[in-house]
Amino acid sequence: MPKKKIAVIGGGIAGMEAAGQLAAMGLEVSLLEKGNILGGHVANWHHLFPDGKLAKEIIAQLKSGVQDKVDIHFGAEVYKLQKSNNYFTLNLTDGQNIEADAILVATGFDLFDASKKEEYGYSIYDNVLTSADLEEKFNSGKVLKTSNGAIPHKIAFIHCVGSRDEKVGNTYCSKVCCITAVKQAIEVKKIIPEVEVYCFYMDLRFFDRYFEDTYFEAQTKYGIQFIRGRLSEASEDMNGAIILKAEDTLIGKPLKLTVDMVVLMVGKVSSTGTQELSKRLSIQLDEDRFIKTLDSHTLFNFSNKEGIFVAGTCTGPKTITETIADARSAAMQAASYLRNNSFSENNSK
Amino acid sequence: MNSEAKKTIWKNYQKEIADDNYFYLRSCVRQNFFPGAEPTFLRIMKEELQKDIYEDPGHTTCTGIGYHTDIVPFETTMTIVARQFALMTSHGYKNLVPSCITSFGLYSEVIDTWNHHPEILKRIRQNLKKATGREFEIPKNLAHSSDIIYKFRKEIAAKAKYKLINSNTGEPLKVVEHIGCHYSKMFPSKGVGGAEYPYVLVGMIESWGGELIDYPERRHCCGFGFRQYLVQANRGFTFACTKKKFESMEPYKPDMIITNCPGCPMFLDKGQYAISELEGKTYGQDGMGIPVFTFEEVAGLIMGYDPWDIGLQVHQISVEPLLNKMGINYDPEKKYLGINGKYLGKPVSPNVLKTCC
Repeated sequence: MPKKKIAVIGGGIAGMEAAGQLAAMGLEVSLLEKGNILGGHVANWHHLFPDGKLAKEIIAQLKSGVQDKVDIHFGAEVYKLQKSNNYFTLNLTDGQNIEADAILVATGFDLFDASKKEEYGYSIYDNVLTSADLEEKFNSGKVLKTSNGAIPHKIAFIHCVGSRDEKVGNTYCSKVCCITAVKQAIEVKKIIPEVEVYCFYMDLRFFDRYFEDTYFEAQTKYGIQFIRGRLSEASEDMNGAIILKAEDTLIGKPLKLTVDMVVLMVGKVSSTGTQELSKRLSIQLDEDRFIKTLDSHTLFNFSNKEGIFVAGTCTGPKTITETIADARSAAMQAASYLRNNSFSENNSK
Repeated sequence: MNSEAKKTIWKNYQKEIADDNYFYLRSCVRQNFFPGAEPTFLRIMKEELQKDIYEDPGHTTCTGIGYHTDIVPFETTMTIVARQFALMTSHGYKNLVPSCITSFGLYSEVIDTWNHHPEILKRIRQNLKKATGREFEIPKNLAHSSDIIYKFRKEIAAKAKYKLINSNTGEPLKVVEHIGCHYSKMFPSKGVGGAEYPYVLVGMIESWGGELIDYPERRHCCGFGFRQYLVQANRGFTFACTKKKFESMEPYKPDMIITNCPGCPMFLDKGQYAISELEGKTYGQDGMGIPVFTFEEVAGLIMGYDPWDIGLQVHQISVEPLLNKMGINYDPEKKYLGINGKYLGKPVSPNVLKTCC
């Protein structure tokens, strides 16, 4: 009996994990990645929370599941898709056509474009970075310096940039930014022990194992200061330092602080890839523009279209652990569907 | 500051500005404190740009100051605004150009209210009809007079006799621009360039040869504030805001300040006097302060109009050092001579701030 075929769209960690599991279960898997490397955003991260594991170790692990086991297409985007006789034909931008009995969408997220928060000065002031920019600096291995080559004395982390923000149209929490801010704040302190680090937050969300411990350690061992208040405005002085205007809501006073560097904790938004693909496949999106699943409790890997499964952050913000677990779940559901398994059928009704 | 990135942001906030046939509404404050500004604007529009711009002598205050100080109820304000629109409609105009930034913000707010609440619009129409017998159309285009000068900044530059340049060194003048809060902080999409980095005055400065100063308190309010200013005891807060701005811009050594709101130059100009008397501190060179202008005055200056016809003699901060810097020809003897050469009298010299008279 010929192998059932499945196309996994998106070569981030969700796509890699799902593809690897599906291949291990005996399916013929095509993994489509529009970029030229696998790993998605995680490929750009340095140390991961909460245990400091290197991101490249996760990527290497996931790669071993797909290397030589899965047909990987780089630079491949789906520009046309048709369904007939219960199978899908995907036309790719690399000139190839793929047939599949099912599709698994793992198109991930984009990072919020921080320049939309004009008042924070991203892309205008050189010493205003995003958390992603900072990870890049960590990965480079170079000493952390300001734009004019000095070692920073004060760094501020701004939580909830592009999340929980009605003005930019993202009212949801991106989940991982608080722990990422604490992780990065600790990393900065490890690199520059004498630097003063401030975290400006609205609420601190440490929901998972070891997150609370990391937060405690940040305060007690590393002396990181947490200020409850939103940033109102960032401006630049003559020396390139950034002047922050915020409110310290716990003491009820406005606050002005001059720092050498500002790190904006940018949230997750539904990727352009997700939105374009959803249009082509007529997949329903939720109000927050992430993919809407059939049921958020039990059918979170099913889209509204038969034969199209979803995994990872294309359905909403997740940690790496949650993403990988979600991808395994999606792989199981898809494989079950392709085997005409009654479990899958019953759950999708 | 990465100005290329700012230009990307500015591109997101482009508004439609009508190119002719304007109905002009004057400003209460601008007429009184900068009496040459509006005539200069009208002269440029009519004589230099050959535009059709009309003002009905029966138009009134928009009640903006009254509304923002809780003296005039919003219902009354909306009806008076409706009357302004009715005058515009009666003369066949559709493009409204207020001189005051607060008026601009208020008209934007009223129109926005009516868009969201058609039942209120209906009631206002009834109010106006009952009170005056008038009917009105909502303006098709609403642009502040600084938007108009912005739109034609390059045409003005082409005809200009002077530039915003130090005539001795050839270097661009360092210019601080200050935007009235009601221009785009309430409705960012209604301001050229948005709320954080408005471009309306920057565009003029760039086209007219100046160099823009970006300083930390650039976006801070000048301190006018309406409600608190009307109460004399609260004016300390106003001047605290003004002082904050000057302390912040001082290290950048600006040559001049350009504003588009009528209230802001009043506070930035006269505020320097108040601060000098209260604290003994002056800004700018030689204890003479940093000269403050409205955008119409700057447009008139570069066109080569006589500084005293533009009304610069009523400024608190003496403008002569800047005029000399720009190489502008003027007769200092005529500073306090009015129409027909009548002597108007000289102001009393301040105790701390140095002046040219």
